[in-house]
Amino acid sequence: MKSKYQIIDHEHDVIVVGAGGAGLRATMGLAEAGLKTANLTKVFPTRSHTVAAQGGVSAALGNMGEDDWRWHMYDTVKGSDWLGDQDAIEYMCREAADAIIELEHYGVPFSRTEEGKIYQRAFGGMTTHFGQEQAMRTCAAADRTGHAILHTLYQQSLRHNAEFYIEYFVLDLIMENGACRGVLAWCLDDGTLHRFNASITIMATGGYGRAYFSCTSAHTCTGDGNAMVLRAGLPLQDMEFVQFHPTGIYGAGTLITEGARGEGGFLTNAEGERFMPRYAPNAKDLASRDVVSRSMTMEIRGGRGCGEEKDHLLLHLEHLGADVLEERLPGISESAMIFAGVDVTRDPIPVLPTVHYNMGGIPTNHHGEVIDLDGSGDDGLVPGLMAVGESACVSVHGANRLGSNSLLDLVVFGRAAARRAIELAKEGDRQPLSAESGEQAIAHFDRYRQASGDTPTSVLRLKMQRIMQNNCAVFRNGEILSEGFKQLIDVWQGMDDIRVTDRGMEWNTDLVETLELDNLIRQAMVTLHSALNREESRGAHAREDFPDRDDDKWMKHSLVWFESDGVPRLQYRPVHLETLTDEVETIAPKARVY
Amino acid sequence: MVEFTLPPNSVINKKGKHFDASEGAVRKKEFRIYRWDPADENNPRIDTYTLDLDQCGPMVLDVLIKIKDEIDPTLTFRRSCREGICGSCAMNIDGTNTLACTKPIDEIKSVVKIYPLPHMNIVKDLVAEMTHFYQQYASVEPWLKSDSPPPEQGERLQSKAERALLDGLYECILCGSCSMSCPSYWWNGEQYLGPAVLMQAYRWIVDSRDDAAKKRLEELNGTFRLYRCHTIMNCTRTCPKGLNPGRAIAEIKKMLATQKSG
Repeated sequence: MKSKYQIIDHEHDVIVVGAGGAGLRATMGLAEAGLKTANLTKVFPTRSHTVAAQGGVSAALGNMGEDDWRWHMYDTVKGSDWLGDQDAIEYMCREAADAIIELEHYGVPFSRTEEGKIYQRAFGGMTTHFGQEQAMRTCAAADRTGHAILHTLYQQSLRHNAEFYIEYFVLDLIMENGACRGVLAWCLDDGTLHRFNASITIMATGGYGRAYFSCTSAHTCTGDGNAMVLRAGLPLQDMEFVQFHPTGIYGAGTLITEGARGEGGFLTNAEGERFMPRYAPNAKDLASRDVVSRSMTMEIRGGRGCGEEKDHLLLHLEHLGADVLEERLPGISESAMIFAGVDVTRDPIPVLPTVHYNMGGIPTNHHGEVIDLDGSGDDGLVPGLMAVGESACVSVHGANRLGSNSLLDLVVFGRAAARRAIELAKEGDRQPLSAESGEQAIAHFDRYRQASGDTPTSVLRLKMQRIMQNNCAVFRNGEILSEGFKQLIDVWQGMDDIRVTDRGMEWNTDLVETLELDNLIRQAMVTLHSALNREESRGAHAREDFPDRDDDKWMKHSLVWFESDGVPRLQYRPVHLETLTDEVETIAPKARVY
Repeated sequence: MVEFTLPPNSVINKKGKHFDASEGAVRKKEFRIYRWDPADENNPRIDTYTLDLDQCGPMVLDVLIKIKDEIDPTLTFRRSCREGICGSCAMNIDGTNTLACTKPIDEIKSVVKIYPLPHMNIVKDLVAEMTHFYQQYASVEPWLKSDSPPPEQGERLQSKAERALLDGLYECILCGSCSMSCPSYWWNGEQYLGPAVLMQAYRWIVDSRDDAAKKRLEELNGTFRLYRCHTIMNCTRTCPKGLNPGRAIAEIKKMLATQKSG
């Protein structure tokens, strides 16, 4: 390849981009099967954001009362506001028990019941008997479940001698003739560029919470894989659905698990009223996240917010007692002290709905294979490309994810993707790269490396984050969304005038943040555009100008492309209402009440 | 007189750049930060930044991000979760290894001095080379080893009391603060496993589901691998998660001692 950069070439059967829960579960499965597998990750694996998941992982084990995966499936379909694909949801809920028991066998230090089984707690939207009773379904390791799972998956990957490329920032996919042939990556440690050629590339790059000003997500949650897919001319799906977690700590934005309410915590307003029963008479504080976040926003808008600015609410845990808090919620007790100065055994925590999770992402089937529409508008597969975890949209979460279904998504589909990739890699169709492969990626990299405009990255990033926060929040309307989109175009155009100060190749985080901003702004634009386009309210997408769900017109997935001139383009895919097997019937759409 | 040759780039230029961004500030604070760029030939330097605390978040990480965003985009450090769970931003702040994201600025009385984790090779500014530390972690084979296959149906059972033995151990975030605070590790880090890794070895030794305790203890039993711990206890004092690696090491030594005599 002719380039001013020297390129180091690598060949693998499979490469996995990202080392969070989904990426590690896939990597582990591939390494176990003896495939030549490389995991490329921009942070050391245990620093991935899965580590911050707190409350737990759902599976109908029935350790603490009667349970059935069909009830879990019903809850997930209802939680998704009937935008989730029922075949994929069936697969996830049916596989859940096996996948979680497997984690225990790998050594995850789950909390235990008196009988020595995995401890399970209540979580929002999780019921038994199709909505009748609160379920105890969420398997927990105190309130550090993500940490426990992520570390265990890394340990298992070590056990199977998986090959890691740590602190490698992946720049772009290498696409040839419509197929993915690998990726181009930048090694931060020594500043070298690397070209990875593989039969299969699995994206496990997480969400893009950092498109917003305030989020529970880590600084590294910039949805790099989503943006690579957009740059490759492929679509993302259901990007308008952004989950606000009801209980981010006011000010800091750090997470207080829903498990806090699962263990008996509740919210109050400035009048000291426990307000959730007014909005969700049955589920109360354990209604689905979109419902609780909207209710909290209504309370604040109604002038019943707490504090001088009347801009937040209070989460009470003090009645649970010090012993329960210490045993089951030690992590958030510590967080509340550090970030809010609150001793949870005495005082409530000030909280606010905070951006937390992206239901949308790279469209895949339930094996993790990436979907694109063919010429006639039907589903086709993108050869060589798969996606798992928060970066994927299978879609099991539809318009709103239930708490503790995310960790489940990671392990079930990480596992499924490994299985599929093993089959596909056996066919052995790794195509050697042409001499020019990766040149586009290098041009993209070099454009920002040399960027010498007048606007620092941080200034443009803040502008984008403010726009998303103000114009694409819990409640939306057409006017505010279109205004936001116009402003985002300014940010997009501003990328031509960006300034990168650091010119080095080694550990140049100024450049990393700029490349991440390029990734974020694309996702912000397709998110806002998709939100403006969807003229109905469903799950996390609440339009004040279209307050009702409209199944006739809108029970369909939005697919969005980002054209090279910065204009998003939309098409649709039908929601899969049919189930995978006849072990369970389609859950017919109905009004969603908690 | 014995003469030593200092390693390259070990002399620090104390008079680096000075940035004052505190005009009109009521609460001024000075931050002195270690800087070293591998791209040039220069020795490390200490840059000084004077900031207005009323224009800044409460934690040391907030300061670093503010400097990077508004004053000097070349300042380089690791960070991710910003809530003390990922372990990325371990560094030496005010003479103590800790996480920048959970270290309140208010806890530091005078000038805030920020250095990378001590006695490590430096990649750039506050970024330390961690590869050897991670290799040592892998070397204790930190995964469940069982002689019997798992049950066909369901989980391996573990009582609440057995599970409680893992509390205070499994929560480690591998930030390295403890190991890099240990004088024995500074001197013999090539061979001595250090507190973080030894505590993770102990985490598996006491897991009721693991059958490899004897083998694990044998592997640890060596002058350098284990017994470089001289109970200085810097590890326990510095752990940003409030864990006690010193105790875990003492327990390993006790197990080895009683195993021998018994």
